Amino acid sequence: MEFGIVELSRLQFALTAMYHFLFVPLTLGLSILVAIMETVYVMTNRPIWRQMTKFWGMLFGINFALGVATGITMEFQFGMNWSYYSHYVGDVFGAPLAIEGLMAFFLEATFVGLFFFGWDRLSKVAHLVVAWLVAIGSNFSALWILIANGWMQNPVGAEFNPMTMRMEMTDFFAVLFNEVAQAKFVHTVSAGYVTASVFVIGVSAWYLLRGRHTELARRSITVASAFGLASAFSVVLLGDESGYDTSLNQKMKMAAIEAMWETEPAPASFTLFGFPDQEARETKWAIHVPYVMGLIGTRSLTEEIPGIAQLVEQAEGRIRSGLIAYDALMVVREQREATDPAVMATFEEHSADLGFAFLLRKYVDDPRTASEDQIRAAANDTVPTVWPLFWAFRIMVALGMGFIVTMAYFFWRTSFRGMRYPRWSLHVAVWMIPAPWIAAEMGWIVAEFGRQPWTVDGVLPTAMSVSALSVTEVALTLAGFIAFYTVLFIIEMGLMLKYIRKGPFQDVEETEAWMQRHQNRLVGRRNADAIAQPAE
Amino acid sequence: MILHELLSYEILRVIWWGLLGILLIGFAMTDGFDMGVAALLPFAGKTDLERRVVINTVGPVWEGNQVWFILGGGAIFAAWPPLYAVSFSGFYLAMFAVLACFIVRPVAFKYRSKKDDPKWRSRWDWALFVSGAAPALLFGVAVGNVIQGVPFSFTDDLHSVYQGAWYTKFIGLLDPFSILAGLVSLAMLVTHGAAWLSVKTDGAVQARARAIGSVFALISVAGYILAGLWLAYGIEGYRIIGDYVTGGPSNPLHFNVERSASWLSAYAERPWITIAPALGIIGGLLTFLGLRAGREVSTLIFSKLSILGVISSVGLMMFPFILPSSIDPQSSLLVWNASSSHLTLFIMLVCAAIFMPLILAYTAWVYKVLWGKVTEKDVAENSHSLY
Repeated sequence: MEFGIVELSRLQFALTAMYHFLFVPLTLGLSILVAIMETVYVMTNRPIWRQMTKFWGMLFGINFALGVATGITMEFQFGMNWSYYSHYVGDVFGAPLAIEGLMAFFLEATFVGLFFFGWDRLSKVAHLVVAWLVAIGSNFSALWILIANGWMQNPVGAEFNPMTMRMEMTDFFAVLFNEVAQAKFVHTVSAGYVTASVFVIGVSAWYLLRGRHTELARRSITVASAFGLASAFSVVLLGDESGYDTSLNQKMKMAAIEAMWETEPAPASFTLFGFPDQEARETKWAIHVPYVMGLIGTRSLTEEIPGIAQLVEQAEGRIRSGLIAYDALMVVREQREATDPAVMATFEEHSADLGFAFLLRKYVDDPRTASEDQIRAAANDTVPTVWPLFWAFRIMVALGMGFIVTMAYFFWRTSFRGMRYPRWSLHVAVWMIPAPWIAAEMGWIVAEFGRQPWTVDGVLPTAMSVSALSVTEVALTLAGFIAFYTVLFIIEMGLMLKYIRKGPFQDVEETEAWMQRHQNRLVGRRNADAIAQPAE
Repeated sequence: MILHELLSYEILRVIWWGLLGILLIGFAMTDGFDMGVAALLPFAGKTDLERRVVINTVGPVWEGNQVWFILGGGAIFAAWPPLYAVSFSGFYLAMFAVLACFIVRPVAFKYRSKKDDPKWRSRWDWALFVSGAAPALLFGVAVGNVIQGVPFSFTDDLHSVYQGAWYTKFIGLLDPFSILAGLVSLAMLVTHGAAWLSVKTDGAVQARARAIGSVFALISVAGYILAGLWLAYGIEGYRIIGDYVTGGPSNPLHFNVERSASWLSAYAERPWITIAPALGIIGGLLTFLGLRAGREVSTLIFSKLSILGVISSVGLMMFPFILPSSIDPQSSLLVWNASSSHLTLFIMLVCAAIFMPLILAYTAWVYKVLWGKVTEKDVAENSHSLY
């Protein structure tokens, strides 16, 4: 691969986005878990729950700082590296980002300070409200970002304006209720909840293995396993597959995930394993499971899922249609309001395919002069590289199933086995900690790598979206981000481990005094069955 | 949706131009004192405890303040996409430097006091100093460049391209006028930080902040007046020529622009805008007096008024220009040709009308809850939970 401005900009975006998403899922989930713990504290008045809130809140804070810091890069990177993209779709794409700031980010960022510094300044209930506002703000943040992202996958509610040479919004509510965006939101926040649950269970398991802070650890596992089980079901069952039939590119993504080169008779089989070969358009060593793909992809037994070859043919048709639009656009651009209505009508009829004509820019400056071979080559470019999608998807799904099993196991031990966990299961829980992060990053690879060659599906090719920068400039900032982010990552991991090792250190005396009284009360009830005792 | 036609495109553009100004001013008034405090940190606080006092005056509020910056970015993207596209890629390396500072600052606040090692803390203190002073300077440099025009032009399909190699693009930002603008901005925000420390601290820290702040207040006023004189005699302004529509499609290539006369001629055309520079200068002088006299809350208010005057004077002077092009005046971005569509501006206005008052209300409440001085005793007693 040659590293031009497009490749470097893509690499920079991928690295900074994936890095940002190391911190986001934990923020999403842990904010809610902490708010739940504080709710229990306010309801029961038991100091241990306040200690839990402060302890997990401390870890939340270390993570949150880097989430905020790396999020700034994301907000500004569009303008810096993707200048033409920003001009071309800013009218639609900018709105959800700005609303995110207004509605969500301001809320979480303003109250997070009060969460940490307001314990002595606020009443119990007021502090609880603050904790929930932080959690709600974080989750609303995700909603608006995914509405923006969903629009890139499925650009509804907008059309091209030849006077301004850009996409403009025509229906805000279509952008808002974009089905791809809604599915992505549920999927992504659920993934965040699973991440936080796995993290809380893993850290607590480590304490139990060492016999430290057992009261805090057992209660934490109780909360996290219940929350995590529901979330793990949500993340798998409400995966964002519901949007895969909405557009040509989404169908292409689905076909690439499955390495489904040709359309199969319904219901299609699922390729469990294999090695996709893009050149030959075949999957070697494939193991098929009959029917499953058709069921996942269409939720029916009769509907066909189109294969890659068929989708390339459709793309070729749209390129030809796009060329008609492009030709008319050149006239409209010159003559502006004085354009012949017939030319205008031609443009409007074909304008939905304009983006497909832009795919030819890779081969010729003026798409209208493209040869037949170039048109075929451009149609072929609409197929993303298959093997990363194929594998990323399978790793993600396998981990997702693993989370359901783990969460179900811990929920069962918590609820029906008196919160006693065999040592092997605690070891598994500790080793599980990195898994949700891997799954989340794989998910983003599937979603965004699978969107190629477009930044906005069918509207704007990635290669056209970049800024007029020199390779040196982008290489410099890329190197800067890598160096900078690596140092930050080492510092963050160091602090996280330090504070996990240290354990809870706030309100220690008060909690222990209460714990003693509590134990005495339990012992006092002679005939009571230990398992039937309430958790407290 | 027909609802959006209740407000004409022209009026919506002017409103969003005003909101852009409000966001920038909101950013300078809130995050401005964070930057100023960070720039003052090594000088206002000498011992570790004193430095922790300084940091904790902004500890609980910097996160919310920083959102003004992010919201500013988002609002420019949504309401002025061509401005977002041209300026962020045009000031590329300078933007990267600002981003780096805004990434280091939160991390430094959060992590500085998490280890007892004095070397660790001292390194973070200097990181905080740079992350406060550098953006304060660079924002002013950017404004200096915008006033003089930026070397960009548009192709027929509105790709923006820039003149010069990458290093001349970056070094070229640092011309004498822009450096002066940068110094004014730095001095103004350091003064603002000092006014904040004067409210939130006492004893030695407060005395040092006042002494330094009063010097910077004078520097900022003097620099501001000097920049005004420079504009009057040394720098050409821009104006639109020929007929134009104010409610037409956002396409810069539909306008004709030339360089002529001085920007200050705007004060002859619209005399009422003189109130802005007057506020900037008088506010700055009152801040100086307030810092000397040891007034607390009123000084902070004067400092805010001064910021309001200085920033709005630039915007009002340039109206309707937002980002003039020095190499191809034709490509200049105006209020009339660089906005989002009529519908998007309207939707964003509705959102802003709902959420801005809410934001102001809860921000005010949070400041109220956190009201009061941060003392060395507080920091020593709450050593674990404070920064």
